[in-house]
Formats: sequence, C-alpha cells, structure tokens
Amino acid sequence: MSEFVYLYRGGEGGHSPERMQQTMQRWMAWFKQLGESGHIQNPGHPLESTGKLVKGKQKTVTDGPFAETKDVIGGFTLIEARDLDQAVELSKGCPIFDFEGAVEVRPIRKMNM
Amino acid sequence: MEPSDHLFRREAGRMVATLTRIFGVHNLALAEDVVQDAFCRALEVWKFRGVPENPSAWLMVTAKNRALDVLRRERTARTFAPELGRLLESEWTLAPAVEELFASKEIQDDQLRMMFSCCAPRLPEEAQVALMLHILCGFSVDEVAAAFVSTHDATEKRITRAKKTLAGSKRLFDIADARDFADRLPAVHRALYLLFNEGYHGASSESAIRAELCQEAMRLMALLREHPLGSTPATYALSALMSLHAARLPGRLDSSGDLRSLLDQDRSRWDARLVGEGEKLLELSASGPELTEYHLEASIAWVHAAAPTAEETDWGMIVELYDRLLALRPSPVVALNRAIAIAQREGPERGLEEIRAIADADRLAGYPFYHAALGEFEFRSGQPEAAAEHFRAALALARNPMERRFLQQRVSLAAGACSPDTPPATANTPANPPRSAAR
Repeated sequence: MSEFVYLYRGGEGGHSPERMQQTMQRWMAWFKQLGESGHIQNPGHPLESTGKLVKGKQKTVTDGPFAETKDVIGGFTLIEARDLDQAVELSKGCPIFDFEGAVEVRPIRKMNM
Repeated sequence: MEPSDHLFRREAGRMVATLTRIFGVHNLALAEDVVQDAFCRALEVWKFRGVPENPSAWLMVTAKNRALDVLRRERTARTFAPELGRLLESEWTLAPAVEELFASKEIQDDQLRMMFSCCAPRLPEEAQVALMLHILCGFSVDEVAAAFVSTHDATEKRITRAKKTLAGSKRLFDIADARDFADRLPAVHRALYLLFNEGYHGASSESAIRAELCQEAMRLMALLREHPLGSTPATYALSALMSLHAARLPGRLDSSGDLRSLLDQDRSRWDARLVGEGEKLLELSASGPELTEYHLEASIAWVHAAAPTAEETDWGMIVELYDRLLALRPSPVVALNRAIAIAQREGPERGLEEIRAIADADRLAGYPFYHAALGEFEFRSGQPEAAAEHFRAALALARNPMERRFLQQRVSLAAGACSPDTPPATANTPANPPRSAAR
C-alpha cells in the first residue's frame, strides 16, 4: 500500500440550505465508503480561505488568497491505495466534481531510497 | 451521526430571524449572508470531521460568532437594530447582549416576530406566504417556485419585492404589544392556512414537496400556540384543521401512486396519531364565544376522521357545518363541497341542483374538481354522455400527472358506459364503487 494526499481545489459556492445539506451528506457518504474499505489514513482537515503568504529572501508577507478562487485548496485527506491508478479511481467518487471543483492526487514521497 | 432531514433549512429560518433582530430589519440581506456563511463553514468542517453532537447548537454558535465579528467591524459604518443601539456600542455590553439574544426562548420569539412581520398588510397574501417560506422555512427561490408551480423569475421578483418592503419597514413587528398582536393574528392565520392548503390541494406534482409545505405550516402553528398571546381559540382551531387534514395525507395516494378520492381511501392508512392530536386541539379551540371558519373546517374534517367507513359519514352534520361556513365566508368552492355532501345524503340529482344554484359558479370554471363533480353526478344519474363531457372538461384543466390519471380513468369509465354495445353501467356496480370529487 502507498500513501497519497487528496488536495481539494475549488467547488461549492452559494446554494440553498437544502442543497448544501445534501452536498454535505454526499461528502459524508463518500468518506464513509472510503473509510469502510480501509482507504482513509486520516480524513484530514478543511483549510480557511484566508492566511498569509511569506515569500522570497526578504520574507515578504502578503495576505491570501494565494490563487484564483477556483484553485484555492479547501482541504486535504490522507489516503491509502495500492497505486496511483487506484488512488485516482477512488477520487472519482468525490462530490466536488458536481461543483466545478477538482481533486489533486499526489503520492507522498517516502524516506526509503 | 447523520444530520436530520432539512436540518439546514430549519436552522436557516431560526438564524435569519435572530440575526435580523440583532442587525435590524433593514439589514435583512446581511443576516442572510451571515447564515449562508455559517452553512458554508458547517459544510466545510462537517464533511471532514463529521456532524457534531448538537448540530443546531453548532450552527447557532457559528452564526453568533460571525454576528459578533460583523458588529465589531461595522458598528461605525452601519446602524444596527435601534432597540439594541447602546448595548452594541461598547465591548463590555456587546458580547453579553448578543449572548442573551441567542438564548433559545429569544430565538423562538424572533421567529414569531419575523412571522408577523412577513404578514404586513402592505404585502399581498401570496407574497406573505412566499416570504415566510423563504425566510422562516429556508426555502430557496427555486424551492418556493416548485412549491407554487411558478417560474424562477416570477418567484424571484415576488420575493425580492417583498423583501424590499420588509427591509424598508422601520423595525420588526413588536409581539409584546397585545393589541397589535391581536390585530395582526388573523393575517398570520390566513397566510399559514394558505401555506398548508398549497401543500394539501396545490398543483405541485411532487407529493414530497407538498407534504413538506404542510409540515412547515404545522411547525409554525406550533410556535404560535406556544406564545401566550398566540394560543387563541382560532389558533387551536386552525391547528386542529391542519392535523386532521394531514392525517389523511397517507391515504390520498394508493400503492400505485394514484389519487384516491376521500370516499375511496383506505382509512386504515390515515394517521391515527394526528387524528388524536387534531381532536385534542379541536377541544382546546372550543373556548370563548369566537367561532371562526377554521372551527367549522376543522369540525368538518373531524366528522370525516370520525367515520370508520365512508358510508358511515354523518353527511347531515357535514351539510350543516357547510351551511354555517357559507354564512361566515361565502365562497363557490365551499358551496361546491356543500353540494357534494348533499349529493351523498340525498342523491346525485340533488347534487346537480345544488351545483347549478351556486351563485358565482363561473369562478369555478377553471377548477378541475368542479367539472369532475358535475361529471360524477351525471354519471350516477345514468347520464354517461353528459358525464363524459364534464370529465373531459375536468381533464383539460388537470394540474399535474396524478390529477390527469385520476380524471382520465373517469373519462374512460363514462365513455365506456356510452358505447351502445355495452349495457349502461351504473355507478354502484361493485367493480366501480362511487367516487366523489371531494378529495
């Protein structure tokens, strides 16, 4: 088994309370399914959309957001999967795709050489 | 854990009502933004970390914290609720004041304030109902449009205009003033009655949407009953009416999803708990001298609920109640229902006579069940040709697939009886038990 991180980009946006509840329930169902099949190492966290960017030799500090709204990373999850192909396959169940969001699937690089 | 059904929608109404009280009614849009923000946070956090133990409290605390942020940030740029003015000026009083406003008793009163504010006489009745659904029940514009079988644009226009009127009023309705409360109460009753009716008789083809409208009306009625000024005999009567009608909802559609007339329903599917609740509420309504249309309508619903079978219905009592209802609130629909009850007791010819005697029958021309009732009585009087014609007229006016299927069956039955090859069917053959237009 290898480890991967899902980075969630964009998605959501303003909807009616009912729609938002439905969206949340779909996320929870997806997580539950992944968890029950042993693929979740850590459900991860949502990230605030605000923050600071520290950059360069001068260590210049600027306010977030750091990217276009649609590219802002809204959260992450640590996943276990056989290989990258499986991790990608599993990500396809994420409800984010119905809201023009994206999942970035990145293998975690291991210490062994 | 799983959040309960429609949790967000319900909480939206509670949060907007409370935030509007804090921000002032002119900042209604700001209150809605804060609520939207609270939901975004809930969605973000809960999807990763699961639903908290007490999701309603979580949402309320989130809304409260956001409200405090907004108040601190904008207290110089904006004016907030005038009655809270001084308290909001200092940090010493701000947090405790907001804390207190988020206490549960206050939240309940906030919903009543909003309910009464939505029923302002400046707003047409349809706008009042749409506004209540939108603000207090958390229905989006599209959900309101679906409930009233209207377009998105028309509904949006109506709601935007009504919100503008509401936000333009100086302050929220003062529910502490007993005289104002009593003056506005009938309008609130009327709006909740219309909301319930839209669910019960409305044109939406989605029975789920319609059941939700009935539930929302009943939920708001319960808030009204819990307030000392709101628990009047008329409030109890209207609540009874809703419970007794809602009890019949499970019987209105049969197992294949077809509409069943009242006389044709499987009464074992009626909700006994709601019937019991309706009876209790009806008893509570019988105090004081006031007899409202809700008392009469609830009593009619109770007579139906009390009859173990359609045949055992006390039609004499129902006709009498309709007579009194007509005297109190003349309406062609009430007159039509009265004619149907008379036909049950005295035969279809009497039903036809009564329908023909309805004063403003032309106002019923667009109502499918007016034509269906005529068809029914003609059919039972052995006039299948005339019956088929009326059923076709009714079918042309059907408002959703369920009504269409129901009326199509009536057309086929009557048309089949016209054919010279088959002996004229009578309505009382065992295969085709009589149905009434009453639903």
